Amino acid sequence: MPWIIEGETGDWELVCGLEVHGQVISNAKLFSGAATAFGAEPNSQVSLVDSAMPGMLPVINERCIEQAVRTGLGLKAQINLRSVFERKNYFYADLPQGYQISQFQHPIVGEGSVLLDMPDGSTAEVGIERLHMEQDAGKSMHDQDPKRSFIDLNRTGVCLMEIVSKPDIHDPEEAGAYLRKLRSIMRYLGTCDGNMDEGSMRCDVNVSVRKVGEQGLRTRTECKNLNSVRFVMQAIEYEVTRQIDVYESGGEVVQETRLFDSTRGETRSMRAKEFAHDYRYFPDPDLLPVELTQEYVDKIAADLPELPDAKKERFIGDFGLPAYDAGVLVASRRTAEYFETVATGRDAKTAANWVTSNLFGMLKAKGLEIWDSPVSAENLGKLLDLIADGTISGRIAKDVFEIMGETGKSPDEIVEEKGLKQVSDEGAIQGVIDELIDGNPGQVAQFREGNEKVLGWFVGQVMRATQGKANPGLVNKLLRDKLSA
Amino acid sequence: MANLTELTLAQAAQGLAAGDFTSAELTDAHIAAVEGARDLNAFVTETPDIARERAAASDTRRSKGEVAGPMDGIPIAVKDLFCTDGVLTSAGSHILDGFKPPYESTVSQNLRDAGAVMLGKANLDEFAMGSANITSYHGNVINPWKAADGKDRVPGGSSGGSAVAVAARLCLGATGTDTGGSIRQPGSFCGIVGLKPTYGRCSRWGIVAYASSLDQAGPMTRTVQDAAIMLEAMAGHDAKDSTSAPIGVPNFAAALSGDIRGLKIGVPREYRVDGMAADIEALWQNGIEMLKDAGAEPVDVSLPHTKYALATYYIIAPAEASSNLARYDGVRYGLRVDGDSLDEMYENTRGAGFGTEVRRRILIGTYVLSAGYYDAYYLKAQKVRALIAEDFRKAFQTVDAILAPATPSAAFPIGENSDDPVAMYLNDVFTVPLNLAGLPGISVPSGFSGEGLPLGLQIIGKPFDEETVLRIGDVLESSAGFDAKPSYLKGDA
Amino acid sequence: MSLDKDTVRNIAFLARIKIPDEELDHLAQELSGIIGWVEQLNEVDTESVEPITSVADMSLYRRKDVVTDGGYQARVLANAPDPEAGCYTVPKVVE
Repeated sequence: MPWIIEGETGDWELVCGLEVHGQVISNAKLFSGAATAFGAEPNSQVSLVDSAMPGMLPVINERCIEQAVRTGLGLKAQINLRSVFERKNYFYADLPQGYQISQFQHPIVGEGSVLLDMPDGSTAEVGIERLHMEQDAGKSMHDQDPKRSFIDLNRTGVCLMEIVSKPDIHDPEEAGAYLRKLRSIMRYLGTCDGNMDEGSMRCDVNVSVRKVGEQGLRTRTECKNLNSVRFVMQAIEYEVTRQIDVYESGGEVVQETRLFDSTRGETRSMRAKEFAHDYRYFPDPDLLPVELTQEYVDKIAADLPELPDAKKERFIGDFGLPAYDAGVLVASRRTAEYFETVATGRDAKTAANWVTSNLFGMLKAKGLEIWDSPVSAENLGKLLDLIADGTISGRIAKDVFEIMGETGKSPDEIVEEKGLKQVSDEGAIQGVIDELIDGNPGQVAQFREGNEKVLGWFVGQVMRATQGKANPGLVNKLLRDKLSA
Repeated sequence: MANLTELTLAQAAQGLAAGDFTSAELTDAHIAAVEGARDLNAFVTETPDIARERAAASDTRRSKGEVAGPMDGIPIAVKDLFCTDGVLTSAGSHILDGFKPPYESTVSQNLRDAGAVMLGKANLDEFAMGSANITSYHGNVINPWKAADGKDRVPGGSSGGSAVAVAARLCLGATGTDTGGSIRQPGSFCGIVGLKPTYGRCSRWGIVAYASSLDQAGPMTRTVQDAAIMLEAMAGHDAKDSTSAPIGVPNFAAALSGDIRGLKIGVPREYRVDGMAADIEALWQNGIEMLKDAGAEPVDVSLPHTKYALATYYIIAPAEASSNLARYDGVRYGLRVDGDSLDEMYENTRGAGFGTEVRRRILIGTYVLSAGYYDAYYLKAQKVRALIAEDFRKAFQTVDAILAPATPSAAFPIGENSDDPVAMYLNDVFTVPLNLAGLPGISVPSGFSGEGLPLGLQIIGKPFDEETVLRIGDVLESSAGFDAKPSYLKGDA
Repeated sequence: MSLDKDTVRNIAFLARIKIPDEELDHLAQELSGIIGWVEQLNEVDTESVEPITSVADMSLYRRKDVVTDGGYQARVLANAPDPEAGCYTVPKVVE
């Protein structure tokens, strides 16, 4: 369903493209041997190259190239066997060289696409324009001193992948889904950890609007360095409304970079006059073009893990899961692997339910990630086995699950220790039932008069009497038989 | 022992090996020479303490039989473009005031490892931009050669200080860098040998960058043999420089067989420029004859795009420089002139810190890269560069080396050519083409101008064939028999 | 191509070099002279020529992903004009 905004002069639609900067997972920086780890003492992960001392030269990190190619393959994109690093020249305190080594005319990755899983279960496709490698800048801090800004170059030179989408996004939900999918793919591949709150993934948003059916694109504005999916969606919504208002009151949208104010959920024009940047790109003479062989690319392709889209299809096919459930399970590779361990050889739908509601609920309550789950996939599987073979009831299983979460023990151990085995001994249950019926003639009479609800009361009483261990199915059947007799 | 400064590098190495004198004695003699020649302004920073330390260490090594090689104990000057650990490095500029690098350039480290003794940092044109050493923040360098008119003359540039230190016998060898002729042209003006190796032969790591695709370090010495010895110590692959060639270093001195019979020497017709000075023409002809007498075969070759080399260079070099010099901004080292805002601080610092020639080239470079002009200038120049490189490739299919003049004139008086930047650029007409093609070239003193000033001839070689270049240079040197000494040394100051 | 004062001013700003007003005219003249001179390249037919960006005839060396550098805060700050709290400092930037 396309997102249409009804204005006073007609119906409008959004045209939006996102530029995502992802920090590449690597030990050392793109062109310098300094470390990339987050959170170190200022300027303690800065080499002479990073601090742009006279005479310093860049030397490329082979892993960064691999990670970019791997990501490109994950985006089903064209890998350019020949790419060129160019200098983007401008002055800023966090850019010691006075230029950023980036890729301009010949990026390492070309066109590709990303499939989005929308919340309503539908899919949408967003095209990728290109992916290139570039150096990250340092950090400027402005609150330390009234007259000075403080510069920390630790982040300078870390490898970034800039992923540019085509302007295929037409609704803030799609933008959110795109970011989540992109993050998921990169996490699956291990090429970027996608932690927007730590700044290892940042998003610039390009927004323009046009009347529905209008060909061509109108002026767009840009919002930079948004660091949460929610902010991206808010910025888009605000900009769309603002731009439509401008057009409908007879104005023109100005091409500019705007700031997003997250406290107010608004975008603002930058107060200072924005100088037109002339970056004067030219090929970096300290480097040579990156030349890859098809074999090199093929080898990386052969070693790729199964990616979310393929895994989702397989879960739907092999496990018979509905698309939505499959989508939820593959969002994170570790969750998918966890689920698969539980589901293999068992009823997939049951496994899916236990993972997505019971397990996720427990993890959320404990504030844990799936890789720190106190309940292992093997043990959850065993729990499901105990239910399936009637050893315990579904209800008891829930209790066992909680205890598993607290103790990390296996379900068998817990069931044994606590004597939670389901009582399926007809004779024993019959005995309890007989006692209850004898002791509660009033309720028996109500049932015989047609009050079905009182059966539930009886079931409850039997469960109480058996500490919840009676096989509920059997209890129901025997009660009914006895009461109807 | 005043005559210790009269030795060639090779002779000094032999003397040390024979125990005729120590490195300490050799070094002291040169320290005294340096101190006595301050009026030439060849040095920005003298380092006598470091020199004595390194000389002593050399002597100790020698006494233990652990000599590092022929350069061990040899006093040299290091162009102040090479970053030297803990020692002021100025690049001839105000903007690097007070800068003491916490690292050593690969080439000067190689020389240290070979046991060489650093006497000081040689003066140069600011950021290696110039052909007369008149743009240094630390003052002009004076050529120790004078003509009859007695005027102070330029030593050439940008490695003017290095050339003068060698010519005036203040050191046995000096490092230089050559981007458009900055080793060969001062070599010619000062009557010494200047060698620019193939691009990639020496590492650029730790050398203040001017134009990255053109810069190359090289030795400046009094003889070709000395240059061979020094180059071997300087050269070598460096993994810290992505443009450093992954090849081994041959024994260059062993290439000086003295035998060039059968070698084909190209004589490029386009180097015969309109209005060429008669003495240059004569020198060149003489050079051709000398090599012919030694058994080589002169062959006419054509390098059709020669006349466009200067314009190509003066687009590419400033473009790269404009970007390489962006880091000089007052934030992390060197001069800082305050401002109310970051941009003001940048503008004030760079406005005050850069001299007029550097400023000119940064502006030209910024312009030719800017939006709308990139294709017409920078891209065009890179295409013409490809044609120039191709000219040489074709020529080298039929010849082993090329003989040409090094400079269009001898050293001119200080003050001449300085009104019009372009007039100054024309000094590089014969040297620039090799930098564009990345080829090795040597300037060997081969004769005199009409005024009695030294002139050099240039031998250009195939990529990484410094051996042939040195071999021919050595024969040319013998044939030319240039043994004159600068007027300065005769007390004709 | 002749450069006028305004162009020189813009270029000087891109290069962050302060040029006193009284020098702009002369500088514009000098730069115009140089640019006019280099325009001789227009005489050369480069229709089917690929531009060269490096004369280094080799492939790009790629290093292994190992931390081999950094970890010397004092060294990188040693020449800084106004270091504080382990950082470089500059006049306040308003973003």
